[in-house]
Amino acid sequence: MSRRATGLAIEAAGLTRSFGETHALAGLDLAVPAGAVYGLLGPNGAGKTTAVRVLATLLRPDGGQARVFGHDVVTEADAVRARVSLTGQYASVDEDLTGTENLILLGRLLGLRKPAAQQRAEQLLAAFGLTDAAGRQVKKYSGGMRRRIDIAASILSTPDLLFLDEPTTGLDPRSRNQVWEIVRAVVAHGTTVLLTTQYLDEADKLASRIAVVDHGRVIAEGTPGELKSSVGSGTVHLRLRDAAQRPEAERLLGTTLGVPVQLEPDPVAITARVGGDGSDLDASAQAARALGELSRAGIVVDDFSLGQPSLDEVFLALTDHPAVPAEAERDDALEAAR
Amino acid sequence: MSSDTATSTGRAPTVYVPSTEALATVLAPGKRPPRPSALAASLAFSWRALLKIKHVPEQLFDVTAFPIIMVLMFTYLFGGALADSPRDYLQFFLPGIMVTSVVMITMYTGVGLNTDIEKGVFDRFRTLPVWRPAALVGMIVGDVLRYVLAAVVILSVGLVLGFRPDGGVLGVLAGIGLLVIFSFAFSWVWTFFGLVLRSEKSVMGVSMMVLFPLTFLSNVFVDPSTMPGWLQAFVKANPITHLVSSVRAAMGGTTDASSMAWMVAWSALFIVVFGTLTMYRYNRR
Repeated sequence: MSRRATGLAIEAAGLTRSFGETHALAGLDLAVPAGAVYGLLGPNGAGKTTAVRVLATLLRPDGGQARVFGHDVVTEADAVRARVSLTGQYASVDEDLTGTENLILLGRLLGLRKPAAQQRAEQLLAAFGLTDAAGRQVKKYSGGMRRRIDIAASILSTPDLLFLDEPTTGLDPRSRNQVWEIVRAVVAHGTTVLLTTQYLDEADKLASRIAVVDHGRVIAEGTPGELKSSVGSGTVHLRLRDAAQRPEAERLLGTTLGVPVQLEPDPVAITARVGGDGSDLDASAQAARALGELSRAGIVVDDFSLGQPSLDEVFLALTDHPAVPAEAERDDALEAAR
Repeated sequence: MSSDTATSTGRAPTVYVPSTEALATVLAPGKRPPRPSALAASLAFSWRALLKIKHVPEQLFDVTAFPIIMVLMFTYLFGGALADSPRDYLQFFLPGIMVTSVVMITMYTGVGLNTDIEKGVFDRFRTLPVWRPAALVGMIVGDVLRYVLAAVVILSVGLVLGFRPDGGVLGVLAGIGLLVIFSFAFSWVWTFFGLVLRSEKSVMGVSMMVLFPLTFLSNVFVDPSTMPGWLQAFVKANPITHLVSSVRAAMGGTTDASSMAWMVAWSALFIVVFGTLTMYRYNRR
């Protein structure tokens, strides 16, 4: 696709938008290259959804400028709409209608005649594994099926830029993988995807660049590799047999390895960040060395794991404050419980 | 999630595995069809409104049961007192209660829009490159069908109870036509409130506050000549009064040109003022 070479899909500078006292966007800058997945990573309330709504022409910014494929999102909204498609966080199809009806409706709104819209609907339902559910009302779909029909609706007329607002929040692992596969296929076709997510591993797996958003601003930007090396590519979680040995373990890990160490609320648990900038070893080698040091010092480790840093840890590293405020976490739990 | 699998036909459930080839086919870059005309887009949205009625027929309760209750209640409540008999009263009263019921039903346009937006599907509609008012026009066209249904229900109940319009079939059709035109225009008041107000409940609240005085302080139930002067002034200016006079005249086989002119003027005003306000809010939200 020629548009892959043509530079930026999105350019935003100094976007601001407030809702009363809340400054959802506080000077957001963004440069999204065309032809790849770009991840907006941040906790609830960071301004990700507001940013997507502004870029998709649903919301006017209070200040700043944004262009999508060179078209201003405020003054040339229609030109932007002709090239983008949005899969919102909540219902983006009509729950009262069946899968087929939803796709036919959108097909006709995109200018297809009825037979063509019908044909396109069947094609998409088949490709997304929804043929059996085609005649059922969308409100009776499972979470994974809902996301699939949402995305199918978004690519009815394949857009140049697809916004996916937290496409996997609340999904079980299998449905999540299905969504990832679909996103990869969409990008391989040449569509640019702007994906918002709360999960570092999702951004890491899909995105070729990531912007970390906090309080309506981008606080870090780069490839997943760059981002992780600034944070540390891994986290070692240790559980000691004897809580009394924890101070010794903390000292050992902190001085010998020279990595940031954190004491957990659990008196036997300790966490160390590994694979960061300051080391010539990769995460697993560092973790192995840590285990060796501990065992030499006679500290018994009952449980050990090496994982990717969580969003919380990324945030802690970048901002010195935890990512998810207690309030938002509770809302999230409620959302997932629905 | 077990519901994520194929319907239980006794066979082993098949799990959806995204196939790169299948996805690649549907992603094949077809030429973008030309942008649909304003009419085509509005028709597509009206189709959506009809499908919603088909899938959720319970929502027709308010255009069938409610009007029947209105007619029965007021005919027998006021009939004896205000005219010689309920049957005599019905000749005067039926066009009025038809207007009252249908105009009251218009508020559900605002309520419906509010819940629609709450759910999020309008976000998708608003990112489509189509004529902007189409989503709302389509919705109201669907509602117009409900208005017609309510009017027909009321007419049927009236005919059973002894309503005999002098205007005959044509007069009755003309009367319903006028009512539908006005209701279509009046619906734009509610789309505006549906967009401005936060919840379904507040839309209901505001609607009732507007509708009660508007329908009761009119010539629907009684002849305004018995009212105090200040109230007569209000009743005379009330668009519902003009509408009722026009419908009454049409069903009675005559024409009330001045009322009709007022009614048309009011309808135009509602569309121009509230249509504009609605679209302004719709675009800026």
